[in-house]
Amino acid sequence: MAASLIRTSYSSAFAFSTSKASVFSPSVSPPSIKVPTFSPTVKPLSSTVAPHAACAISLTTRATLTPSSVPSDTLTTTFHGLCYVVGDNIDTDQIIPAEYLTLVPSNPAEYEKLGSYALIGLPSSYDTRFIEPNETKTKYSIVIGGANFGCGSSREHAPVALGAAGAKAVVAESYARIFFRNSVATGEVYPLESEVRLCEECKTGDVVTIELGESRLINHSTGKEYKLKPIGDAGPVIDAGGIFAYARKTGMIPSESN
Amino acid sequence: MASSLVSPSPISSFITNKKDLGFSAFPSTSQIAIQKCKKQVSKKIVSVMAPQQSERKPATTGSVKTGMTMTEKILARASEKPQLTPGDNVWVNVDILMTHDVCGPGSIGIFKKEFGENAKVWDREKVVIIPDHYIFTSDERANRNVDILRDFCTEQNIKYFYDIKDLGNFKANPDYKGVCHVALAQEGHCRPGEVLLGTDSHTCTAGAFGQFATGIGNTDAGFVLGTGKLLLKVPPTLRFVMDGEMPPYLLAKDLILQIIGEISVAGATYKSMEFVGTTVESLNMEERMTLCNMVVEAGGKNGVVPADSTTFKYLEDKTSLPYEPVYSDAQASFLSEYRFDVSKLEPLVAKPHSPDNRALARECKDVKIDRVYIGSCTGGKTEDFLAAAKLFLASGKKVKVPTFLVPATQKVWLDLYTLPVPGSGGKTMSQIFEEAGCDTPASPSCGACLGGPKDTYARMNEPKVCVSTTNRNFPGRMGHKEGEIYLASPYTAAASALTGYVTDPREFLQ
Repeated sequence: MAASLIRTSYSSAFAFSTSKASVFSPSVSPPSIKVPTFSPTVKPLSSTVAPHAACAISLTTRATLTPSSVPSDTLTTTFHGLCYVVGDNIDTDQIIPAEYLTLVPSNPAEYEKLGSYALIGLPSSYDTRFIEPNETKTKYSIVIGGANFGCGSSREHAPVALGAAGAKAVVAESYARIFFRNSVATGEVYPLESEVRLCEECKTGDVVTIELGESRLINHSTGKEYKLKPIGDAGPVIDAGGIFAYARKTGMIPSESN
Repeated sequence: MASSLVSPSPISSFITNKKDLGFSAFPSTSQIAIQKCKKQVSKKIVSVMAPQQSERKPATTGSVKTGMTMTEKILARASEKPQLTPGDNVWVNVDILMTHDVCGPGSIGIFKKEFGENAKVWDREKVVIIPDHYIFTSDERANRNVDILRDFCTEQNIKYFYDIKDLGNFKANPDYKGVCHVALAQEGHCRPGEVLLGTDSHTCTAGAFGQFATGIGNTDAGFVLGTGKLLLKVPPTLRFVMDGEMPPYLLAKDLILQIIGEISVAGATYKSMEFVGTTVESLNMEERMTLCNMVVEAGGKNGVVPADSTTFKYLEDKTSLPYEPVYSDAQASFLSEYRFDVSKLEPLVAKPHSPDNRALARECKDVKIDRVYIGSCTGGKTEDFLAAAKLFLASGKKVKVPTFLVPATQKVWLDLYTLPVPGSGGKTMSQIFEEAGCDTPASPSCGACLGGPKDTYARMNEPKVCVSTTNRNFPGRMGHKEGEIYLASPYTAAASALTGYVTDPREFLQ
């Protein structure tokens, strides 16, 4: 229980260790400062050189979860797996209900717990749940949404929960801005926009492939292909490796932490 | 619907393509022609602003300054640029960064990870840390999160940390304030012309002070903590002109519900919402805050109300820091303009399950309700409670359903017990609420607006129908997924409490 860690090791809330009983280990300088994103230049999924511990866990998890391609550059980055379809205006309370916001995303153990609650707020009209009862990860690596996906709160827990659960990309008709921005900033899910209402074209459980370089989504279950919108102004930030990496690249902040 | 509403009429714009003015040598800025502001501005940016190689003063470039909106001007000043156009991505200097108990720990985690365990925040006087979300609960993680904030503030010597230690008695905590957005205003952290960022979507509330204020996530906040800057995209502005005398049964909440119902929950996505007109000028600061508070519910990036004597008067005894208001130029370009004749508007509700599910309160009079909730940054300020009290006073009757009162801050709570209500013969709001049979005002915090831990006061733990002065009513917002939340003004909430049905406040106020 996190409470027992409080007084002396509150900072385990953001320590690198994945063990719950870990004691804060000071002065661990991240070897190479890179914010977790789906940067085309990111190392293979098994990389442990990720400054964001949560990302390390996230990447490792994804490697074991779905048999997707290893992103090596923009042209060949793909996402492949089952898709989970939701409707319009899926707000952050549905993605991660407020009662779970006591979980701190930068704490590895709590990061995992957040993932286990992803999309638990969807109404019961969604018969098939994103995460099955008694499971902590999702089998759907791609979420397909309608308009205004991620509206509501600015809580970064929303894209984090999706990413921690095992989702790799969201393809929505449109996004609420803070959710989109947080997705780019955290690198937890790649936020893509579709040209048409994919939420009406795809069904939960369809097997899909997203080819980033081609800006294309293929639904293998229906045999149809769809054009995706280019990432737009988030591109340079994602390509650089997130807001921190972008800032270092463009000289806004020094290239190494103190 | 009796509102006379002129749907979007584009404002004419001026200089079209910067290239015409020989700007081609300029470091690549947005090439979106201003005339595009007449129609839907594409979210796609043509280019990202690279850091400037050399300082070019306007005089040397022969540039002609085009008119800018308030938001554009604030961001231009904050990014030290003479001119900005919607779509530009700029590094902006942040005046105030706010965080609270839900997002603070995560932001701190990222700050330390990226800048090092021993890193210091960019300015210990510009970081304001306000525990407010999950305070009065026995949830251990929630309590721990406040401890995390405290330890960080101690380590960093943060000047403004509104701490709470004694959870059993909020009054025993002299520093504790309550709801962050109301505390920011009350403590003088909101100033015209400045840039205020917060790890909460309702940070846009501060736009009421004529500043740029918007919500950001943990990662962005971690970045600001270390650098005092953030990369922001300049939003185009939607202008809302509200004229006419505010009818005695309407409040700012009705105005913003009207607007959100008009443009939908995504109608202002990536845009700024500017509120002007004689009606807006007649609103006090807390009403202006309510207006700007729900900008995010329309998808808006930020909301602004031009600063005026009302603003300056409010700030007189709250801040001694100098500030410089900005105002939209006469020739500024707006994406669209909406005009309202306020005298024709009627009290509204937003029906379950969306803030844009607008309906006339009087048309929902057959909706039986189970409870009423008056609280939050949207509807738990002193002015909100005054309004509710006025209506209870006018009716003289007792509520028919449990009516929960959650003052936003300690100051508001104090006002409930000390401020005399006009026309009541010296009664305080708390007395009026007691006589009306409302619950005792609770400890100030965000409370059940967003559900929270299961033991949160007034949380909806069973499917109920609630009329609430809060800001969102998506499924599960106040706790239970099948709960039904009708968003309303304090007048409408009070009226509904008295009848046990959704009720137009004109039943009691005329």
